[in-house]
Amino acid sequence: MSDHLFVGKSVPRTIEADKVTGRAIYIDDMKRPGMLYGKILYSKYAHAKIKSIDTSKAEKLPGVRAVLTGYDIPDARVGFLKDQTVLKKDVVRQFRDEVAAVAAISPEIAEEACRLIEVEYEQLPGVFDPFEAMKEGAPLVHEVDARGRPTKSNILPLPWKFNAGDIEQGRKDSAFTVKDTVSTTWVNQCCMGTSGCIAEFDQNNNLTLYNQTNVIFGHVGRISEYFAQIGLKGKKIRIVNAIVGGSFGTKLDTDIYEFISIQLALKTRKPVKILFTREEEFKALPPRQPAIFDIEQGCDKEGNLTFRKVEAVLDNGAYTSWGATTPSVMLMPMSSLYRVPNVFFQATCVYTNNIYCQAMRGYGNPQATFAVETSMDTLAEAAGIDPLEFRMINRNHPGDETPMRLKITSCGFEECINAVKEKLNWSEKKGTKKGRGVGMASLIHVAGGARVTRSDGHGIMVKVNEFGQVDVIESGTDQGQGSPTVITQIVAEALGVRPEDISLTFGDTALALWDAGTHASRHTFMAGNAAIMACEKAKRQILDMAVEHMPKIIKGGFKRKKRKDPDFVEPDLDYGLIADPEDLDIRDRMIFAKKNPDHPHFRIPVSQILREGLLGSGESKVVVAEEFYDPPTEMLDREFKGNLSQTYAFGTSGVEVEVDEKTGEVKIVNLVAAHDVGKAMNPTLLLGQIYGAAYTGVGYGLTEEIKVVNGRVMNPGFRDYQMLTAMDVVPVEPVVVEPGDEDGPYGAKGVGEPGLVPTAPAIANAVYDAIGVRIKDLPITPEKVLAALKERGDVC
Amino acid sequence: MKKVSVSFTLNGDAVTAEVPVTWTLLKTLREHFELTGAKEGCGVGECGACTVIVDGEAVNSCLYPIFEIEGKSVTTIEGLANEDGTLNPIQQAFLENNGVQCGFCTSGMIMSAKGLLDHNPEPTEDEIRSSIAGNFCRCTGYVQIVEAIDMAAKTLK
Repeated sequence: MSDHLFVGKSVPRTIEADKVTGRAIYIDDMKRPGMLYGKILYSKYAHAKIKSIDTSKAEKLPGVRAVLTGYDIPDARVGFLKDQTVLKKDVVRQFRDEVAAVAAISPEIAEEACRLIEVEYEQLPGVFDPFEAMKEGAPLVHEVDARGRPTKSNILPLPWKFNAGDIEQGRKDSAFTVKDTVSTTWVNQCCMGTSGCIAEFDQNNNLTLYNQTNVIFGHVGRISEYFAQIGLKGKKIRIVNAIVGGSFGTKLDTDIYEFISIQLALKTRKPVKILFTREEEFKALPPRQPAIFDIEQGCDKEGNLTFRKVEAVLDNGAYTSWGATTPSVMLMPMSSLYRVPNVFFQATCVYTNNIYCQAMRGYGNPQATFAVETSMDTLAEAAGIDPLEFRMINRNHPGDETPMRLKITSCGFEECINAVKEKLNWSEKKGTKKGRGVGMASLIHVAGGARVTRSDGHGIMVKVNEFGQVDVIESGTDQGQGSPTVITQIVAEALGVRPEDISLTFGDTALALWDAGTHASRHTFMAGNAAIMACEKAKRQILDMAVEHMPKIIKGGFKRKKRKDPDFVEPDLDYGLIADPEDLDIRDRMIFAKKNPDHPHFRIPVSQILREGLLGSGESKVVVAEEFYDPPTEMLDREFKGNLSQTYAFGTSGVEVEVDEKTGEVKIVNLVAAHDVGKAMNPTLLLGQIYGAAYTGVGYGLTEEIKVVNGRVMNPGFRDYQMLTAMDVVPVEPVVVEPGDEDGPYGAKGVGEPGLVPTAPAIANAVYDAIGVRIKDLPITPEKVLAALKERGDVC
Repeated sequence: MKKVSVSFTLNGDAVTAEVPVTWTLLKTLREHFELTGAKEGCGVGECGACTVIVDGEAVNSCLYPIFEIEGKSVTTIEGLANEDGTLNPIQQAFLENNGVQCGFCTSGMIMSAKGLLDHNPEPTEDEIRSSIAGNFCRCTGYVQIVEAIDMAAKTLK
């Protein structure tokens, strides 16, 4: 492993130099000839009947090319539960409901036209709390379901119920039990590049959608379904991605604005671009799913967990995107973070007239881990065991099979806990109080793909031209995580060329093989494995060429030498050394004989062989190989059990905080982020993932919150939404644990999401250690800290 | 719409543009000059993705009325690399130290860094952080950006 030329090295992001020169083209920067600009008119109310819409003034505005309402387009239903239409008619159910859309020659004219659309509403009673919404007699958010059948309640028809072992037996085995209620709120993904796309139809009504999705083929699937409903069945759909200005979950679902741009493009026969403003990004883009958990855990006298019982309620908002599927990921920490024999988990998703939710880095894991790790601390205290020791007792081990049937292979959990213990000086600092405290939390996450669809495959294609230059057609998406550099390193290593020989093409469904999506921290693992296999095939083709051409080239060289120098004696070489492709290899652009790598004659530049193979004597050949890597994993069964990932990530965050008991402010003095990454493919880029995720986790823990009042987003901008800035100094100390994973490319596991997951609960636990009050509702704002101190009687 | 004609220096070249009087410097750079390196991340001067240098100072070009640019000198990210195409040390440091992830904030970050280093060649970490306090980034947690600016300062010295 140690003789790698590129893997494991901090290769700089030179392949992305366009990002530092302003050349990188994001969706914001893209224009198509004749392109129009689309704008959306949203609802004025959280719940209302639409009595009338008058678009006549908007249509007359010079420069307007189309005005559409729900009454102008087919009633096709979209979304995970098909519970909404693209433009709403008759009833609006949230403030972000799309009521009308305009295409015009400039964004300003489109916006002005939206203002000229007159909509008359009749307000309906709304419901804004999931517990209220579950009560009998609560206003129904949907009167009928997707099939038109009358609904009886606001509870979604989703089956999130997991049972393993026997909770009652677990209770009997317990010496200590605790029960906590914890909750998390809406947070915005805050991609610096806002949402947007350009829809363009050709003469035959085939669509090209310029986009920034991280699931290009999922987009094709969903738009195909839509096409089937609007009379475009069988028309071709091509997704072409621009450079993506951040994703963090927002580009996972096909959002309503994308369908609207398609409708406007159909109507006008022109390319139509929709680009969100920052305000829209806060108001009209689904944020992270909030959740409220009742969690109960028990342990025996020795501190071994006996059971975990959790009931969750999720405010689904008015429609359903991926937010309602976060329980499928919550299941993982609920059932498998620490060894726990008896587990019950149930999640109820409830319609309200609030904003609806989707994915965000970590999916449901940060919410669930906040619940589990809060409970771990309260239980450790009840049992009188040091929280770190308590976690060490219950940690997962290599070779474990969890109640969810996850098969734990490589597992550096113990090292992660020990790293926190040592770096944070835990034993000395724990329990000293006086406003300063330490806390910790851990995580488990998928790190070898996640079989959430029937195929968890990933396609890649590798072409090598006659100059030794390599084109890699990659089916995934670079959202900033550094895949272009890491995949380049892997291809250079596996094929035996240099990073500068390689070009990558991402995100084009017309070129790429299928991929399940760049989600679930899977890109390095999946693309890496696929790339290694594809490169092996391409390499074999090159070495077959070498077997055919090397002797000819070498002997030809001797002949030429002899012509120049009659005294030259051709050396007697053992051509058997290069007679079999198995005996050859390529490294750093050179083909050589494995049995004698320094052989003075049996070393030839790969480009020379490639040229000879294409243009020399004999049969002309090109080098191209593809691989579709679908890992040997399982889809979850009806009981939500199955080994859905080929490997799992573990990690532990340890935090030291200082709490100002007068202001309630929490300052992070030190944040140790220890992560089992399998193998660091590029140490510098890896740290970037840990730092970035930890910061977002600190925001989740301390400052970030979309304030929603009666369905309305009250803080739709960076001034009032408190994302961390460079002035918020958080000293993050990453610890990289590298046990190596036998199934990962060169030993690597996924690491994109893990850094975020345990951060907030570690902070909450540290705050408790510092001041003795436990905040169970994120974010831990100064107001909440002061209120908790006041309740305890410390502050008047 | 009423238009205004402005003449100024853009990345070293004398230029004139006739654009609607309501346009900002950012809109003029992106729409008229097709220099799309500066980005609109919020449009209201909060995120810094649109940062360019005007007469030596880093400014939010999304708030800068175009009629105020008359006679001034503007440098954008496109004007930062050397004529032979090699990168400015700040750009190089961002690539080497992973100060770039999705890259949307990067143009603005680099221009804020340039604004700092032109005035203060040996900044402290606090000064570096202050200079990019108005440049938001969701990917990096700022750590490697701060390190990249520090690295660039040392190279430039």
